[in-house]
Amino acid sequence: MLNATYIALIPLLPLAGFVMLGLFGRKYFRNTSGVIATVLLLASTLLALYTAYGYFFEYGKAGGVYQKLVPLKYTWLEFSKGVSIDMGIILDPISAMMLVVVTFVSLMVHIYSLAYMKGEERFPTYYAFLGLFTFSMLGLVLSSNIFQIYIFWELVGVSSFLLIGYYYDKPSAVAACKKAFIVTRFADVGFLIGILVLSYYSNTLDFNTLIANLTSPESNAYKSAAAASFLGVSALTWGLVLVFIGGAGKSAMFPLHIWLPDAMEGPTPVSALIHAATMVVAGVFLVARLFPVFAISSPNALNLVAYVGAASALFAAVIACTQTDIKRVLAYSTMSQIGYMMFALGVAHWGAGEKMLGYTASMFHLFTHAMFKALLFLGAGAVIHFVHSNEMKDMGGLRKFMPITHISFLVACLAIAGVPPFAGFFSKEEILLAAYHSNTTVYWIALITSGLTAFYMFRLYFSIFWNKEHHPHGEAHHGEGGFAMMMPLVLLAVGAAGAGFIPFGHYVTADGTRLESEFHLQFSILPVALGLAGIVLAMWLYKKQNERPDKIATSLSGLYKAAYRKFYIDEIYLFITQKIIFNLVGRPAAWFDKNVVDGLVNLTGNTTQLVSEKIKGIQSGKVQQYAIYFLVSIVGLALLFIYIWK
Amino acid sequence: MSGSTIIFYLLAALTLVNALLAVTTRLIFRAAIYLLFSLIGVAGIYFWLQYEFIAAVQIVVYVGGIVVLIIFSIFLTQQAGEKLPEQKLGRKLFSALAAFCGLALVMLQLLKHRFTVSAAAPLEPTVANIGTQMLGVDEYGYSLPFEVVSMLLLAALVGCIVIAASPNPSKEGEQNPNQ
Amino acid sequence: MIEPGLYHLLFISTALFFIGVFGFFTRRNLVTMLMSIELILNSVNVNFIAFNKYVWPGKLDGVFFTIFIIAIAAAEAAVAIAIIINLYRSHQSIDVEDAEELKY
Repeated sequence: MLNATYIALIPLLPLAGFVMLGLFGRKYFRNTSGVIATVLLLASTLLALYTAYGYFFEYGKAGGVYQKLVPLKYTWLEFSKGVSIDMGIILDPISAMMLVVVTFVSLMVHIYSLAYMKGEERFPTYYAFLGLFTFSMLGLVLSSNIFQIYIFWELVGVSSFLLIGYYYDKPSAVAACKKAFIVTRFADVGFLIGILVLSYYSNTLDFNTLIANLTSPESNAYKSAAAASFLGVSALTWGLVLVFIGGAGKSAMFPLHIWLPDAMEGPTPVSALIHAATMVVAGVFLVARLFPVFAISSPNALNLVAYVGAASALFAAVIACTQTDIKRVLAYSTMSQIGYMMFALGVAHWGAGEKMLGYTASMFHLFTHAMFKALLFLGAGAVIHFVHSNEMKDMGGLRKFMPITHISFLVACLAIAGVPPFAGFFSKEEILLAAYHSNTTVYWIALITSGLTAFYMFRLYFSIFWNKEHHPHGEAHHGEGGFAMMMPLVLLAVGAAGAGFIPFGHYVTADGTRLESEFHLQFSILPVALGLAGIVLAMWLYKKQNERPDKIATSLSGLYKAAYRKFYIDEIYLFITQKIIFNLVGRPAAWFDKNVVDGLVNLTGNTTQLVSEKIKGIQSGKVQQYAIYFLVSIVGLALLFIYIWK
Repeated sequence: MSGSTIIFYLLAALTLVNALLAVTTRLIFRAAIYLLFSLIGVAGIYFWLQYEFIAAVQIVVYVGGIVVLIIFSIFLTQQAGEKLPEQKLGRKLFSALAAFCGLALVMLQLLKHRFTVSAAAPLEPTVANIGTQMLGVDEYGYSLPFEVVSMLLLAALVGCIVIAASPNPSKEGEQNPNQ
Repeated sequence: MIEPGLYHLLFISTALFFIGVFGFFTRRNLVTMLMSIELILNSVNVNFIAFNKYVWPGKLDGVFFTIFIIAIAAAEAAVAIAIIINLYRSHQSIDVEDAEELKY
């Protein structure tokens, strides 16, 4: 049965955990906080599964079409009739799917952290932050109102700031969390302006009404939004592009991606949570949520999404090939995969069947990516836990020491490389198919990226687990980590291996109708072959310790160096902010503030002081003087009123 | 020119002259005595106006209470026979001028104004009438202000004790030999 | 000499009032300043009684106000003397020029 209470409990349980552990954790739950948070999240996960099951199989359909249900809606702040900020719950295929993904990955991270973060000084605080993060993300997914989503969007930003800066005594972590916060905040300004533009024209903040208003060409809202133009582009497109900028900030799309690699300063399970299931897919989710508006009303904006996504995918894949910090490789791979999801949305069109394949493919990839990327990060966390280093050169030959991690990591790599029958293969195939049908440029970019993906993932895999022989440090090693760390790996490995067999098109489509995904054998030959070629190349270069990678690096020195330095994007940002903005805007503004604004304030203060110095003698402390002032004033007033004023 | 008129002028002169002396003499004890006579003069004016009750209250409270209180405080704070310090001449002249101007201003205004006398039948200010109305709770009753004033007196009583009490609590026992 | 009436009484009260004001301004001793205040209060009382007698003979409101003012004057004198004694304890003087700490 559809029960709003159960659905509302899904985000509220982690919130309860946050409040409890945040307020009392350090005093009363020093050791039990992890278990408490995990149990709460387990309950939340079960409820999410129950809700998703109910939605997909029991009450979600009406006449063969999945409906957008709004089981709960509470008007919180009403601006004018129709325009109000509501706190509500929307239940449609993507939110039901996201509920499962977020709670499941978060649960895995909670369990994993029980072992990984054990003995940390701020253990309860960590779980409190995780709870806040999960709550915000679930709230974001369930939002029925565009302003509600904005509130949770910012909450996600705040909690990711807290988690990235968890090791606040480490200067690099502090810098990273500030960077993440500022960059995403900067993008959020775009989102906010986009919200204002869209709601101004559609006269509502409610998602369903907004989509309905802006997609029917007969409605007044659509007409005025399409007619109003700025710099030759219609207001509707501007609004959508601004919303997309917000999404691009959170989803680390080029050129707003610079925060993502630095965000690796947080604890590794946090990276798994942020980069797999939650924060980074928020942008994709947002575009998917507004997909009808994009697709029907503004194909230009959708094209922008496609090209930005494709560019980010390729760009990040190239950088990932050269990085040596394993978490950074994974971060760039995330960016690349998010780029995949973005352009999959971008190449989809509104229309029946195949045309909307991109939407389904994007969501499918989001789902599978959550599985294997969480697995990759958690596996990397186990490796880091084992060797106490992030650098590839400190690893190698770990397959004998960490068999479970090894196998699960291999599964994840195969999945992300798109080797059948692992999950990534199916979702990637659908994306490529969608791209092939609509935009050839994007299709070729995607194909190259997919080869690169296979290459850099297996570069990572061979560097960690094969390559040179591992020499333990001499002291007795603690092994792979306990049950708490291995169980999530195994569960996620099962997901990464098997998630591809879910007939996603039956459940998640743009308009709720059933979409039969066709399997074209001849079509999948090329991508799979490219992927295998990438794997073989990586094997040739990295399986055994040899000179080949260095040689290739020297022969491609310019490109290699550029990619290694992340194409100097960070340097460009620094140049723009420090040289241009600081010198041309900041310093004059500072001068103005110091001399004019402060000067005015000082003038007021000094004048007051000067005048009071002169007139303080009036207050002499002599009672009779006061009495004389009083009498003289009274007589003066009397004279004034009697003889002058009348 | 009746006897009553003469008495009035005599009382007025008594009041004003004594008041003037009270604020100008430089011997503080004499100032208190002049004040006493000035207040008696005011009481005499009340008698002359046939407000016997008010006149009696004036004598009991002012002459018998406040002036005695003032004399006590003079004894407590002043060496006998010492002359009061002279005020600056400028201040004196200015005060005199201000007071005279104020008097002139008020008298001018008063003399210009004609008061309309109420035509109601006179009510004798006998003690019976005053008591009935003061403690009455009907339309013209004054029982509420009466109670308020009684509260005020109580508060003033407590306040005086608190203010004037010795700051050293250990001496309390010595001040109450009855206990 | 003319028959005394309302204006005579008002003159007495006004003169009494300004004599009090003069005293308040020129005296430096706090006890004598208190005496000046008593004169001022008395002038108000004379005023009330005069108006009651000559303008509103049918009412007793002036009488009541006079009584209340006398009561309040008594309370005021008591409090003032308590303050004066306290001041004398702390300053060894009741000269108003010596008690001027409460200033800028």
